[in-house]
Amino acid sequence: MYKPMIRATAWLSLCASLPVTGVSASELDTIRDEMETLKRTYETQIRALEQRLENAERSADENRAGLADLARSQPAGTAASQKRDNAFNPAISLILQGSVNSYSEDPDSYALPGFQIGGEAGLAREGMTLDETELTLSASVDQLFRAQSTIALHDDEDGTEIGVEEAYVDPLALPAGLGARFGRFYSGIGYLNPVHPHAWDFRDEPLAYRAFLGKQYGDDGVRMTWTAPTDLYVMLGGETLAGNNFPAGESESIKGDVQTLFMKLGGDIGASSAWQGGVSMLTADVHNRAGGGHDHGGETAGAMFSGDSDLYMADFVYKWAPDGNPYRRNLTLQTELFYRKEKGDVTFTEGADTALMDYKGDQTGWYAQIVYQFVPRWRAGLRYDWLSADNDLAVTDLGGFADPEEVIEESGFDNEHHDPQRWSLMLDWNPSEFSRIRAQYNRDESRPDATDHQWMLQYIMSLGSHGAHLF
Amino acid sequence: MNKQLLLLCSLLLSANGASAALRVFACEPEWGALAKELAGDSANIYTATTAQQDTHHIQARPSLIAQVRRADLVVCTGAGLEDGWLPLVLRRAGNPGVQVGAAGYFSAADYVTLLEKPQRLDRAEGDVHAEGNPHIQLDPRNIQRVADALAERLAELDSEHAADYRQRLQGFSERWQAAIQRWQQQAAPLQGMPIVVFHRGWSYLNHWLGLRQVAELEPLPGVPPSSSHLATILQTMNKAPARAIVRAPYQDRRPVEWLHEHTGIPVLELPYTVGGNEQAGDLFALFDNTLQRLLGVAP
Repeated sequence: MYKPMIRATAWLSLCASLPVTGVSASELDTIRDEMETLKRTYETQIRALEQRLENAERSADENRAGLADLARSQPAGTAASQKRDNAFNPAISLILQGSVNSYSEDPDSYALPGFQIGGEAGLAREGMTLDETELTLSASVDQLFRAQSTIALHDDEDGTEIGVEEAYVDPLALPAGLGARFGRFYSGIGYLNPVHPHAWDFRDEPLAYRAFLGKQYGDDGVRMTWTAPTDLYVMLGGETLAGNNFPAGESESIKGDVQTLFMKLGGDIGASSAWQGGVSMLTADVHNRAGGGHDHGGETAGAMFSGDSDLYMADFVYKWAPDGNPYRRNLTLQTELFYRKEKGDVTFTEGADTALMDYKGDQTGWYAQIVYQFVPRWRAGLRYDWLSADNDLAVTDLGGFADPEEVIEESGFDNEHHDPQRWSLMLDWNPSEFSRIRAQYNRDESRPDATDHQWMLQYIMSLGSHGAHLF
Repeated sequence: MNKQLLLLCSLLLSANGASAALRVFACEPEWGALAKELAGDSANIYTATTAQQDTHHIQARPSLIAQVRRADLVVCTGAGLEDGWLPLVLRRAGNPGVQVGAAGYFSAADYVTLLEKPQRLDRAEGDVHAEGNPHIQLDPRNIQRVADALAERLAELDSEHAADYRQRLQGFSERWQAAIQRWQQQAAPLQGMPIVVFHRGWSYLNHWLGLRQVAELEPLPGVPPSSSHLATILQTMNKAPARAIVRAPYQDRRPVEWLHEHTGIPVLELPYTVGGNEQAGDLFALFDNTLQRLLGVAP
């Protein structure tokens, strides 16, 4: 709208500058020439002015748009400098979990005859309860390292407990398929062990994880892995870990009390199926591993194991989806086998009495599960668990107890002529990949004398950046 | 025993180094096909996904880790499309040459202008990508931009064959520009044609051809169609019917067919990427077939 005005003003001023006098023909020619020159000069100047105006208008528009963008991207009151301060923030994710649990048997009487229950293994609190809340932060440290930590909060009898579940560093520049990790982390043995519980397909751990690994084995140490340069996925790994957690006891050596070795193989079968299989081994030099013993209504009773523990595991997973597209339907079959040999001493304490036993453990367990997504968002699962312990126990010092048979029975290391087993049924609804609501029923025959009907309803919500999950 | 082990190790290591051809890991079929155009036989190309798969939801399968372990170049869309699986595959592969930021990692979305950059980032709005819509492959002008950058990257990584890559790029570009001219002429009747889509995966095609997207079957990006949302679309379609319901090969057939049965609007199966149907065997055929099918329902 300014342009015509400029043009008019310019012509007006041009006319005003012309002298009005009596003139000859040659003078007229000169005047015409001068006018022509003037006109050209003014035209050029006008065009330049117009151009300047146009540029000014455009940049004003851009400024306005830029300001609007800025206003959208920044909440009111945030200074631009704060954006720079936050630029290197690590990726943050928060997992919220809660459940309602109901058991037909007293959860305090829960036991797996022949096995110590240690670590975080066991039944979730009855009734409505907030399960673990996990805060995970991860980022590249610099050009050489990436680090991740998961801080878990959960309630126990004494209030809210804060635990460093994982805090590890991965070097980034190792060549030739090599990988490493140091810090605190879940051991790479087995299939489920390295997976965070919120990504498991059932609400609780398989009985074998409860019996052999204290729910899940994590510890402080170092890992090395190597991936082979082959079309078939071949990965070899080994760890040395302090041995502060179940199935170890209290760490006593600088090089670590626990050593693991594992191998994974995997590949595709056509476009629709993929598989992974693995074998793992964990050897532990165990010092004072607590756990087990019968509950006697307030009276402190407990068993402690020291000695050697060797665990062998095999795992296999098969996943299927039509054309490899799991969106509508998909199926996962998963199984793991456990075999453990232990040798050493068990002390059993009840009140003021402490007995000593020679112990040789020979234990097996396995589980198998199938999870099927039958329509988008909905999955159903079935799982079977089985355990068996065949332990040799000989009391060498009665230490105040009257009857060696009673000591053996009360220690929890006796299988009580029972192989624990469990059937589980699961149904979950996943409105998106960030939320899950799950119902589960267990027919639990862990105890020799009773069948526990366990009902669970659980939610898992993940906020923030959410890392990809393992196969 | 130790000697044998050493021999085995050195064999495995040398097997890695000995292969002369550049190993390319392409996340999506369109980038596999483009790498083939630009590298010909100089590269050994592995394509991680097929047109039948939803690239948002791929599992970090062992086979993918094994392939990335040996790759010299990883070519992906980026812009968050592969966030559900690629970061994990890269981390577990133990191959520093193809990590994000390294010369061996190529993200196609870095070379095009992304549409639909969300003004608000909130998961309540579905599976939105912070950088913008990552489904860039259906605008052939984007393919050209990515081709220019990818040929340069191939030349950088495999300097011995640099001249070959540039020459192939020139040949490809000439044929591609001619094809774009042809497609644009053919596509004149598609200007303003209303279509219904399943997922917001056609924005670049719409942008290029002037197709008018009037409804999405997903109530929010990445959220499966609900019956209430379908009912709303049905009402809209009864008032102002679209010319076609567009479906990609990986997308759920049922909601599309439900809408077709209730409205009579034809279902249009477009290849979406290379290999999306029998005809779409390469990038040229992908666009030839897409246009041919769209013109089949044009007014």
